Parts: sequence; structure tokens; C-alpha cells
Amino acid sequence: MLELRDVKKSFTLPDGTPLHVLDIEEFQAGAGEQIVIVGHSGCGKTTLLHVIAGISRPDSGRVVIDGWDTTVLSEADRDQFRAAKIGYVFQTFNLLPAFSALENVMIGMAFADGRADRDRALMLLDRVGLSHRLTHKPAQLSVGEQQRVAVARAMANRPKVLLADEPTANIDSGNQQQVIDMLRGACQQENVALLLVTHSPEVAKQFDRVERLEEINRVLVSNRD
Amino acid sequence: MNLWKIALRSVQHRRLASGLTALSIGLGVALVVGVMVIHGVVSHTFRRSGEGYDLIVGAKGSRLEMVLNTVYHIGKPVGTVPYEYYKEFESGRFAGDVELAVPCCMGGNYKGFRVVGTTPDMFDEIPFPSRRIDNDLSELATDEEREEARRREQDKFADSKGLFSEGENFGWGDYFGGVVGATVARKTGLKVGDKFRPVHGFDAEQGEEHDEFEVVGVLRPTGTANDRALFINIEGFWQIHEHGHYDESLDVLPGENASAEKPDSADHADANVVPGHDEAEHDHAAKEEEPDHQADDGHDHADEAGAGHNHPHDGEDGPDHAENGGDDEADHEHGAGDGHNHAFEGEAGHDHDHDHGHDHGRQVTAILVRTNEKQIARAMALPKIINQEGDAQAAMPAEEVTRLLEGIVGNIQAVLLVFAVMIVIVAGIGMMVSIYNSMSERRHEIAVMRALGARRTTVMSIILLESILLSLGGGIIGLVLGHSLIGLLAPQIMEHTGVVVHALQFQAAELILIPGLVFMASIVGYLPAVIAYRTEVAESLSE
Repeated sequence: MLELRDVKKSFTLPDGTPLHVLDIEEFQAGAGEQIVIVGHSGCGKTTLLHVIAGISRPDSGRVVIDGWDTTVLSEADRDQFRAAKIGYVFQTFNLLPAFSALENVMIGMAFADGRADRDRALMLLDRVGLSHRLTHKPAQLSVGEQQRVAVARAMANRPKVLLADEPTANIDSGNQQQVIDMLRGACQQENVALLLVTHSPEVAKQFDRVERLEEINRVLVSNRD
Repeated sequence: MNLWKIALRSVQHRRLASGLTALSIGLGVALVVGVMVIHGVVSHTFRRSGEGYDLIVGAKGSRLEMVLNTVYHIGKPVGTVPYEYYKEFESGRFAGDVELAVPCCMGGNYKGFRVVGTTPDMFDEIPFPSRRIDNDLSELATDEEREEARRREQDKFADSKGLFSEGENFGWGDYFGGVVGATVARKTGLKVGDKFRPVHGFDAEQGEEHDEFEVVGVLRPTGTANDRALFINIEGFWQIHEHGHYDESLDVLPGENASAEKPDSADHADANVVPGHDEAEHDHAAKEEEPDHQADDGHDHADEAGAGHNHPHDGEDGPDHAENGGDDEADHEHGAGDGHNHAFEGEAGHDHDHDHGHDHGRQVTAILVRTNEKQIARAMALPKIINQEGDAQAAMPAEEVTRLLEGIVGNIQAVLLVFAVMIVIVAGIGMMVSIYNSMSERRHEIAVMRALGARRTTVMSIILLESILLSLGGGIIGLVLGHSLIGLLAPQIMEHTGVVVHALQFQAAELILIPGLVFMASIVGYLPAVIAYRTEVAESLSE
């Protein structure tokens, strides 16, 4: 389902020197597999998710999702691919403030194929327990509710891979587990591969497969050495 | 959810900024709408006012002034032409070239409203605009269609009653009958049966009062200058002016200037000015009676210098306009035989042979002429002939009005439009600044959209659509505001100019506002849209 091979990513610092962030020889995830990726701050967790999502193009290597090598796609095609195949849950929820909970779920559909499947959006919001909050704007929702909307939005286009970037970092402990459960439950139901980045051991220990970025990212390995 | 809805939500989210931006555009658009509608209505009114006749013939001078004075009651008469000259159109050498000739005399007012002396033909024969207000012939495609529509209109209003909201036209023999325009009736309260006393000159504050006229009809609103005028029987007009004391400080009165040229003080010593005339001796009690103009031997007023006209207005016989040349002020009896053959034969049909003895010396300010369509070649040559002869001039109102509208008025409109459009453009720049400033706040939002799968072109389109929505919102505000203001000001506009405007009066030119605004929005929205396009997702998401 998901395969990264020889993926390298670096940034150029203001003084012109390159900053190497990722160097992953191989990483794979099967369909419906749920993986947690842990690592300290600044180790490239978010960059890894951006590369997988096609938000950033790697300097080299291949990123294959559902049989498609996204590194050879144009930016517009990667955008289209991302809309259709990848769900993304951000640490800060990133709901669009102008739109209601329902519209936040449906907006991703508009970017995928232009068709808004209202029934699916309603079902997803019902699944995360927000069917009574459909018309509420993000500012009218609690942080836990906002993240639940974000989970529903990430699932809107029936993605193959769901990327969650520290989804519980900004929510209270009471809601953390609820969000994790929802993410895992949703992915399980629809056979979506889940890559969840966290620095929380409590979250990490719930997953069968835990990948430490320090171990798979050769940049970090060489720095450590 | 489509991009329009996404853009709309973004606009709605920034209610205050969006509202103020749209309002500023709306104010500019309202100005554009105001200028367009008022100019359109004024143009339409001006063009429509001159319908029903092809030519205006009057004293030599400014043709435009003559048209403005005659058709729109603006300004003062250029001069006068002798009544005999009018008769050339009625029964003389031009008779074959014309279908209709209606004389007009001006020189009085009632409470500031122009008083026009004319014949009943003014309303019986000229298709007044009110008859066409819902059927603008100019919009019909072919001559045949126009002719057919004209026939239908004439049949429909053959008795001219459709013109009047109250009463009817004054009769040929109803010397002291008058018809008042809709605005005059409303402003002065005149109604059928009321009496009014015109004063000399065009200024409500000056001039001596004349004899009383009785309102016999009130015109329906026409949306033309005629709404602000009173029309009296030309015979009554002559009588009051011939008997009046001319004041040099006032304007030329048609009955006082024998010259076709613009009058000067020397003309005022004309034969039919009546020195020492005693108005108290006139008894106009007979004005509603059938006139008796049986005199056969018209006489020459020019021979009566200093004598003036003697109008006994005999209560029984009607006014005998048989000036006998006597200078005896007491002699107001016009005996049959020494009078004149007056054409005003009363209501029961009139012949247009106004061959009364005291025609000579009488003047008319203008003659409305409808040329004979069957004599098209001669009719077309008529203005040239008249203008070459030197006695008078002929002007085509349509041509003069077009020149006025496309010249002076058109230029003023262009200047106003330029200012109004500049305001819209400034508002558009304000909109660009508003959206541009919002972009720094929205970089993260745009990055989220991109992360959700929106392409660069998609977010660019959303920003452009926001710009277009704001412009269209401003346009709608402007249209509503502009037309509402027109509706609110309509009574004042009508009071002061006689031009009838309605809130729902639209101009075809307004249709270009929408594509114009969309175009402007695309231009001013382009810069913020490019910023959206260039937003780096990874970088902005981390902000």
C-alpha cells in the first residue's frame, strides 16, 4: 500500500548550506495497517508526513501509494492524488473557521472530485458523535470536538492512507483517548493505513507497530553516530 | 460544495470588511446608476417631447434656443414671426408641404409655470407622449410597424380624451379655456372649473395679471415639459396680450412684435400695442360663448398704430374681433361686417382659415409643423426653403435635441460617468487592499486547503471568486441604492424639472455594470490570488 524507498529530503538554510532532514532507505505499510511513528521534536516526523502526502517533494527516492509513485507526478497531480487517496489530521486541527462542521467535512470532497457526498459527511460526523453539531463553526466547538471533526474530514474521501500528525497534542487527556479510538476505529472500518506521529508514550504503546524515526531516518542515525 | 460556495463562506466570514468593501463599491455603482438612469430618462424625455411634428418654425436666431423654448419651455423665445407667416403653412404656399401646423405663443406664466397660447390642434392632432408612454414607436423595427402603431394610437385616442385625467381639450371657440399640465395641476391645485389669471412674462414674481381663464382640462402626466405648462386658447392669449400694457423689462410678447427678427425696443412700438388701453373695459364674460367672427373684411392692424384692438367680448355674441380701427377706447362694439372672418367656429368643427381681420400684426412664437409624408421630397426641402428666405428659421427638434444630448449634455454625462467610474475603481482598489491584507492572515487557511488537496489554481480561483462576489455584492447594493435614491428623489426631480423618473426605471447601459464589475474584480483580485497561488503549503502549515 505505502512504500518509501531511498527517500531523501533536505532544506536550504538562509546561509545557503543544506540541512538534511530525511534519509529513509525503506519504509512500508500495508493496507489497513496502523503504525505509530515516534521521535523527538525536530527529528523530521512532520517532514516525513509531508513527503508521504505529496505536500513536499523528496529530493530523491520514491514514494509509492496504492501503486502510484507520487514523486513523478506534477504538483497539480499530487494535489489531486492527495485529495483522493490521503487523509490528513493536523496537530492543531486546522479546521477552516468560515465553515461549519459539516462544511469542513465536505470541503475536502470538493477538492477531490468536486462532488460533495453530504450523506457520507453526515455519517462520518455521526460516527464521531457530532451529528448534533453539524452547523456549528469551529469557534463554537470544543477542542476535542474540533479534532473529531478533523478526523471525519480526513476520512471524507475514503483515503488509502491516513496521516495523523500528533493529533492529541493539543487536546485534554479526557479527549485524547477518544480521538485515538476514533482514528483507529475509522481506519479499521474502512481498511485505511494509519500513520500516526506522536511523542506520547501512552498513545504509542497502544499500537502494535511502533517505528522510531531515529532508527529509520539515516540522517538521525549518522548524527547520533 | 463548489468553489463559489467556498468563496462565499470566506466573504461571509469577514462580514465587516466584506460589507464595507461592498458598500464602497456600491456607492460608486449607485452614482453610475444615477447618472445613467437620469441621463437616459432625460434623453428619452427630450426625444419624446418633440414627437408628433417634424419641424419648429420661428424667428431667426438660435435654433437650439427655439427648440428648447418651444418644446421644453426652457429659456425665452428667440423672437416671433407674424401670424401671416403661420398662415402660409395653414393655407398658403407651404400648405401642400405640411400635414399640420400648430401655432404657439409664449409670454406669460401662472405661478411660474409657462403659459402657452395655442390651438386645440395641440392636443387633437399631435400625438402626445402620454399616448405612447407604453408604446415607444422608436423601438419598433420597421417603418410599416411604426406606421401601423401610429394608426392604432391615433384611432385609440382620436378624440384626445385619453390625454386628459380630467376634463377635455379647450374648444376653438372657447377663447378663455385652458388646459393645465399634470404637475401644474398638482402644484397649484387647479382643477376643471377653476379660474386662473396668467401674468405677463416668465417670472412668477413679476408681470401684470391678465384676464381670467378657466381650466377645462387637466392633462395626464406625460413625463415631458408639458406637465409643467398651461395651454390656453391662442385667441384668448392674443386678446390678453393685445390689451395688455407692454413692459419693456419683460419679454417679447407675440402680439407685440411685427418683426420676424429677434425683437428690439423699436419693435415694441408696433401697431397692435395698445397705448392707453383700458383693460377694465373688457368684458370677458362671453369667453365660453360661441364666438361670432363674421366679419368679412379683415383689416390691417398696421394702419391702426396707436389705436389698438377693441374687444368688447360681448356677453351675448361672443368676442367680435372686428377692430374697427377706431381709437375710441369706449368703442368695443364689433359690428358684423367690419370685423373679420375668424376661423374659430366653435366646437362644431373648425376650419383652419383664421382669416380674421386683425390677424395682421399678431405674432406667434413658434409653429409646430408636421410635414406631409406624401410630399416627401418637398417636405424635406421645406426647412431649407424656410431658412433661406430670411423671414424665419426652421429647426428639426429631433436633430437639435440629438445635437444637444450628444454635445453638451452628453459631455456632462461623460464627465459625471468618468467621476462615478473613478469612484468604483477607487473602491475596487480598496477591495484589492482589503483582500491583500487578509492574505497574510489567510496563508495558513490556504495552506490547509492545499493540504486537503486543493490545487494552486483552485485556491487562486477561490480568491478571484471572492473578489468577484464582493464586486457583485457591491453592484447589487449600488443598483438597489441607486434606484432607491432615484425613487426617493423622483418627486423632487419631477417638481423641479418635470422629468418623471421611477425607481424601477432601468437603462440598458446598466447591463454592462455586471460584466464591468466582474472584469474589475478579476483585475483587482489578481494580485491577492497570485499570493494564494504562491503560498507554500509546508511552510505555511507550520506557522
